[in-house]
Amino acid sequence: MSDAALVVSGLSRHFGDVVAVRDLSFEVRRGELFGIVGPDGAGKTTTLRMLAGVLPPTSGDALLGGVSVARAPERAKPRLAYMPQRFGLYDDLTVRENLDFYADLYRVPRADRPARLERLYHFSNLGEFEGRLAGQLSGGMKQKLSLSCCLIHHPEVLLLDEPTFGVDPISRRDLWLILHQMVAEGVTIVLSTSYMDEAERCDRVAMLHEGSVLALDTPARLQAGLDGTLLSIRVDRPRAARAALQGEAGVRSAALFGDSVHVLLDAGVDPEWPARTLVAAGVPPTSVEPVDASLEDVFIDLVARSGAVPAGGAHA
Amino acid sequence: MLSWGRLWAVARKEWLQLRRDPRSMALAFAMPLALLLFFGYAISWDVKDIRLALVNQDDGEQSRELVQAFQGSGYFRVVERLPSTALVDRELAEAHVTGVLVIPPTFARDLAAGRGAAVQLLLDGGDANTATIAQSYADAIVARFSRDIVLRGRRMEMPAAAEVRIWYNPTLESRNMVVPGLVAVIMSIIAAMLTSLTIAREWERGTMEQLASTPVHRLEVIFGKLVPYLLIGLFDVAVTIGAGMLLFQVPFRGNPLFLGGATLMFLIGALGLGMFISATMKSQLLATQLAMIGTFLPAMLLSGFIFDIASMPLALRVVSLLVPARYYIVVTRGVLLKGVGPTVLWVQGLSMIIFAAIGLGLAAATFHKRIQS
Repeated sequence: MSDAALVVSGLSRHFGDVVAVRDLSFEVRRGELFGIVGPDGAGKTTTLRMLAGVLPPTSGDALLGGVSVARAPERAKPRLAYMPQRFGLYDDLTVRENLDFYADLYRVPRADRPARLERLYHFSNLGEFEGRLAGQLSGGMKQKLSLSCCLIHHPEVLLLDEPTFGVDPISRRDLWLILHQMVAEGVTIVLSTSYMDEAERCDRVAMLHEGSVLALDTPARLQAGLDGTLLSIRVDRPRAARAALQGEAGVRSAALFGDSVHVLLDAGVDPEWPARTLVAAGVPPTSVEPVDASLEDVFIDLVARSGAVPAGGAHA
Repeated sequence: MLSWGRLWAVARKEWLQLRRDPRSMALAFAMPLALLLFFGYAISWDVKDIRLALVNQDDGEQSRELVQAFQGSGYFRVVERLPSTALVDRELAEAHVTGVLVIPPTFARDLAAGRGAAVQLLLDGGDANTATIAQSYADAIVARFSRDIVLRGRRMEMPAAAEVRIWYNPTLESRNMVVPGLVAVIMSIIAAMLTSLTIAREWERGTMEQLASTPVHRLEVIFGKLVPYLLIGLFDVAVTIGAGMLLFQVPFRGNPLFLGGATLMFLIGALGLGMFISATMKSQLLATQLAMIGTFLPAMLLSGFIFDIASMPLALRVVSLLVPARYYIVVTRGVLLKGVGPTVLWVQGLSMIIFAAIGLGLAAATFHKRIQS
């Protein structure tokens, strides 16, 4: 498995009686953009912390470039970079001082630094804020600075915990541009997100729910794998419509999508049937259309099939 | 394994943060001087100008001589004259005076007759310390007065007399005791408080999580954080002693290098202790409070700074053996006042080294680059 940058096997973490992550196993190829998707509390942060070597697993292991993060985390650390969900840099240091500090910690050769800084500034547009305290940057700028500090030592594996959480759309786009550029250069990226539209940009996605992987594949295959008929129903009172359909025979899941309801029907169920049911229930739909499954639909279906109740649907 | 570059990076980062935090800057640079001035002027065991009321029922020449002897000593000042002993009680009770000197009507007669003549000194024992000192001053004054009377008109020396000379602090200035002790007390507090924030703050703010994911060695973090505070501590000690010399005329008789070495060790120990607290608590508030209580009270009460250790109950004497300031105080007093060095103070010097090792050891043993909870 020479092209595996990360091999996770049986990784578990308990906090007392609570199982935060249960028996995780997957491989991430070199240069792959790998997404861990799931709602809050699914175990994304715990997983990334273990991969970053800052949280010892209860059992199982992960090999990063062949080095065990459970047994030799310090040997794995020079090869990885980890960006925590919460801003982990120093508010009372300037942009430049933070970058210099991380360059020192990773022992980036002095001679290489000007070129690397220039490149990072080019990516992030942080150059003009070089002397500004990190605490005075906007949320998006902070994330770009975090990412820059992670990239200063050219890591093999980049671990990002919800890197775009709370970031404005423009900065989100900038961040994704940087990530795609990194992947193009052969960096392996493992990122967590609760935004399904971001998950769709990943090469492969692991869908995490209550500490376990529900499914793992490319977004396209995950979407194609959704059998049955998916309908988008527009209706004045979506909550009432969902209530009327949920639990009926042939309805695999019914979930709110903004002001519409996505209903997944078992294969063979008459697609006209939901409209009739809704009319009878006093919530007539304004339109019913078949739609292609999004990752969110897939996730909701998987959760429904795993026997758990989706926690009010995932983020749009 | 350890990299100087990384250690230096941590030290530099810590210094930059310190410089931009007014609270830390005040703690590091203003507190020691403020404490010195406060304690230097407030704490004094010297008793002067004891206020006396006088009831002189004799009023002969000799009684006036005795009063003069009291006044002239500089320790007593007669602020009131009372016609009789009737009001004595009220004067003392209302604390107008600290003592009342009563010379009975028979004073001159008894003296002339060669009988022992008694005078009475009533002292307010509410402040036992002052009363004790006043009593010993009075004893000395009366003894000298008696000797003069006995010797008057005779060519004879006292057959034997003890001549007491106080070394190292000839005028028994308590400031000379206070200032060197203060250096130890102040540095115990400041050092532990300074570092008590440093690790807890990183856990609280979330910066430790990212720092922990880098290859920085945990000892590089500990030592790197130590460096700026150590320099500040040494600077503080120098300034505090300098100010003590300038403002309170405290002498510096010994070897600055020995004091410097002992101070370095003491600071490493105290700073390490602060980091240990910081790494254990992981909360800035808890850590500062613990550092404050854990260092201030022992350093103040069990170091021999205010209370003589030899006269404490056994249990406290044993506890005091664990108070590093106790040994450091002996060093500062020894070097400043007595001018003694390692040949005399080697035990204390050694304890400083042990303290440094324990402080650093505790910090290194408790700080891990791992999220616990």
